[in-house]
Amino acid sequence: MNTKHTHSPLIHAANQGLYCPAGDFWIDPWRPVARAVITHAHADHLRPGCDSYLVARPGLALARARLPEGARIEAVEYGEAVTVNGVRVSLHPAGHVLGSAQVRVEHRGEVWVVSGDYKLDPDPTCEPFEPLRCHTFISECTFGLPVYRWPGPKAVAAELAQLRRQAAAAGTALLLGAYALGKAQRVLAILGDTAGPVALHGAVDRLTAVYRDCGVALPPTRPAAELPRGHDWAGELVIAPPSALNGAWARRFGAAPRVLASGWMTVRGARRRRGVDAGLVLSDHADWPGLLRAVEATGASRVLLTHGHTAPLVRHLRQAGIDAGTLRTEYGGEDGSEEPAATAGAYTETAAPDDAAADTAGQGR
Amino acid sequence: MKQFAALFRALDASNRSGAKQAALAEYFSVAPAADAAWALWLLCGERLPQPLPTRVLKSAAIQASGLDEALFADCYEAVGDLAETIALLLPEGGRDDGLTLHDWVTQRVTPLRGLPPEAQSSALIALWQSVDRPDAFVLNKLLTGGLRVGVSRGLALRGLSVCTGIATEALAARMAGDWKPDEAHWQRLVSPDEDGPAGAQPYPFRLAHPLEAPPEALGPAAEWVAEWKWDGIRGQVVRRESAHLWSRGDENLDAAFPDLVAAARGLPPGTVLDGEVLVAATAGISDPAGRVENPLVPPDCCPPVALAPFASLQRRLGRKAPGRALLASHPAVFLAFDLLELDGADWRGRPLSERHAALAALLADRDDRVPGEGPRILAAPTLPGDDWATLAALRASARELGAEGLMLKRAASQYGGGRTRGDWWKWKLEPYAVDAVLIYAQAGHGRRAGLFTDYTFAVWHEGALVPFAKAYSGLSDAEIREVDRFVRRNTLETFGPVRQVMPELVFEVGFEGIQSSRRHKAGIAVRFPRMLRWRRDKSAADADSLDSLRRLADGHAGQAGQGRQNPSSGPR
Repeated sequence: MNTKHTHSPLIHAANQGLYCPAGDFWIDPWRPVARAVITHAHADHLRPGCDSYLVARPGLALARARLPEGARIEAVEYGEAVTVNGVRVSLHPAGHVLGSAQVRVEHRGEVWVVSGDYKLDPDPTCEPFEPLRCHTFISECTFGLPVYRWPGPKAVAAELAQLRRQAAAAGTALLLGAYALGKAQRVLAILGDTAGPVALHGAVDRLTAVYRDCGVALPPTRPAAELPRGHDWAGELVIAPPSALNGAWARRFGAAPRVLASGWMTVRGARRRRGVDAGLVLSDHADWPGLLRAVEATGASRVLLTHGHTAPLVRHLRQAGIDAGTLRTEYGGEDGSEEPAATAGAYTETAAPDDAAADTAGQGR
Repeated sequence: MKQFAALFRALDASNRSGAKQAALAEYFSVAPAADAAWALWLLCGERLPQPLPTRVLKSAAIQASGLDEALFADCYEAVGDLAETIALLLPEGGRDDGLTLHDWVTQRVTPLRGLPPEAQSSALIALWQSVDRPDAFVLNKLLTGGLRVGVSRGLALRGLSVCTGIATEALAARMAGDWKPDEAHWQRLVSPDEDGPAGAQPYPFRLAHPLEAPPEALGPAAEWVAEWKWDGIRGQVVRRESAHLWSRGDENLDAAFPDLVAAARGLPPGTVLDGEVLVAATAGISDPAGRVENPLVPPDCCPPVALAPFASLQRRLGRKAPGRALLASHPAVFLAFDLLELDGADWRGRPLSERHAALAALLADRDDRVPGEGPRILAAPTLPGDDWATLAALRASARELGAEGLMLKRAASQYGGGRTRGDWWKWKLEPYAVDAVLIYAQAGHGRRAGLFTDYTFAVWHEGALVPFAKAYSGLSDAEIREVDRFVRRNTLETFGPVRQVMPELVFEVGFEGIQSSRRHKAGIAVRFPRMLRWRRDKSAADADSLDSLRRLADGHAGQAGQGRQNPSSGPR
């Protein structure tokens, strides 16, 4: 696969988002536009105010839950192509969260794929990442350094169980900070039958209900708010958005250990900076080996990176003979502002919306 | 090794000293003696002689990980810790070979020393194969030097004290001198009937609080004793059967200050003094009259010998065993300001005024001089002044004498251990300060890894900005993030890990001392620089000049001499 890009690119980064001029549509715009194609329902990719939205059907319920009532949302099956002003657009599983999609755009024989956020690791709550052949691959790059290598689900479950035993022995709950959309449900699915008593923060509870309505099998949970004063929390797993860990809401759990589930927890300094008692290395983004495998599977001759540690991966891909560069976007990556970006490229400044904060906004205690 | 690595992780995971102490006690109660000895030694801040150069460590890591050098450097910059970076990059599949910490240190790490680089490299790669991945980090810490896991010597000893029931002071005394991390030393350390070097231990140090309110709030000045707050290190001279010098934190300084220990032998047995370790100007020591006049200060308020600047003391502190030349060029003195034990009796319960009188009598009476030299253990002057205005005027001249301000102690107070509030106050001078421009930034380490937190500041000189100080403390986390964003958006040039940035941000940089220095580009060296505040109201053009700094340095040069008041851009 090889195409000379003598004409203007099929997709470029404009002020409002990633734009396809031939089809006159936007992918994950960060400002209101007429026609938006959406990769997934996290707040930095799905924003209110657009005239119309196109999403993958498995993500429809989540998009509805996150957008104001009355928003015009159209859903297509994974792999089902629609034509927009003569440009062929289809959505394919990205393995990031329920209903997350890569956007495949084809015009006059040229194929571009916008990955959105993705991971290659197994996740029982969503369809696995589908490798797509393309000429140009626009990829996320949140964890674009070789130090980021994710442990398998078994190791994660074992570590969580260990932390929980310690909390139980100390007579407290274990407070786990995890994204309300996606990661919280993935943790539940990994635990499965071994979950034991689990209580959820309101924001997590609301989105977990949407997952269940979509047919994702999850172990039983209960809203933390409904448990009576004086409830014995010993050994209970409590899942809350990361931003709630140190807020007023968490005070009821007293000295319960705070644990944060995030890819950033790989690095000791990040763990200490967040002031949590322990870190659980669990991410819904691709790790370094995942990024390399994904890029290779596309066969793309050109790779454009949107957000994260972009500079090292750009250099690494160029050494492999791939035409690599960056695109300036406003996507936040994992945990929004927590991104340690000392080595990130020049285009990764993010006025990152904190997804978790967005989740807690408007929630009762 | 697994046991020790688990201890390391437990210490690392907690910010609570209670939890750390419990983890230490647990470890010491189960670890084999040979391991426990090494663990204690390492946790007390000792380090193995570097077994191999960092460059060999890096290149072996690059080889083992299969990465190129640039990618490795990117990772190091993001992680901020070499030992951790390597541990994160090693290939999967290390298998624990069941060796103990003692085996590790003696059979694996120490033998690396002196091998040719290629042999070191291949031995290292084999080593990494023989540890579990989480333990590789701890191994790398041993290879790169100190553990730095947030455990002080005092905390390590408290943990050991919990599991042995032996008081920390006694443990510290038993570890004094040439304690070695081996089984025999360990057994003597933890043996319940071991008396240690009889009665070598100091008393717990009494600590002072910074005075934040005006001194008038303390009541009539006549009820207080004022002393200089010396710019040295706090110590206790313990003279019982033998003589010893201790610093705060139960660190024994006998080896580093043989001159003071020798002088202490001249004290009558059964004497303990609290005071400050300082270095005298050589002229002051060889002249028994010793006293230096200062026009701004009444003669009996001046230090009893001329003192050298703090940098001289640092040279002494940098040596575990100073040579004869250093002892001659940097003679240590002990300015005693309190008497804790006399004739073997504990005096701490007596009022300060009584203790002071006895201290003066003791030191006036005795002759500990090395022939041809002045005394090394001297009574620190107390300052006259029955009203706060007189004392405030004395405090303003503290810098001329090499002091940091005043100590205020209630005349009737006992010597209580620790930080009892209310009777001892430090009334420090405000630091020097200049407005300077941020010109270089570098990422920090540890919890600041990946953030630009280490800054170089410059002042104007002949139309250019000349760097004069590096600082990395004083900003809030929110400000650090803001500066970090500025740095990334305004980088002009990158030199390895250092970014040169647009000279736009101005900070008030404070420091404790300033001296002329030929080694520094700006011709001056400042002590303990830190950011006092971000001057968002100022632009780079408003920053101070090198000339104003030089004037500060000139004013400070004659520590006890031709004092001049600091220029207006100086202390606030």
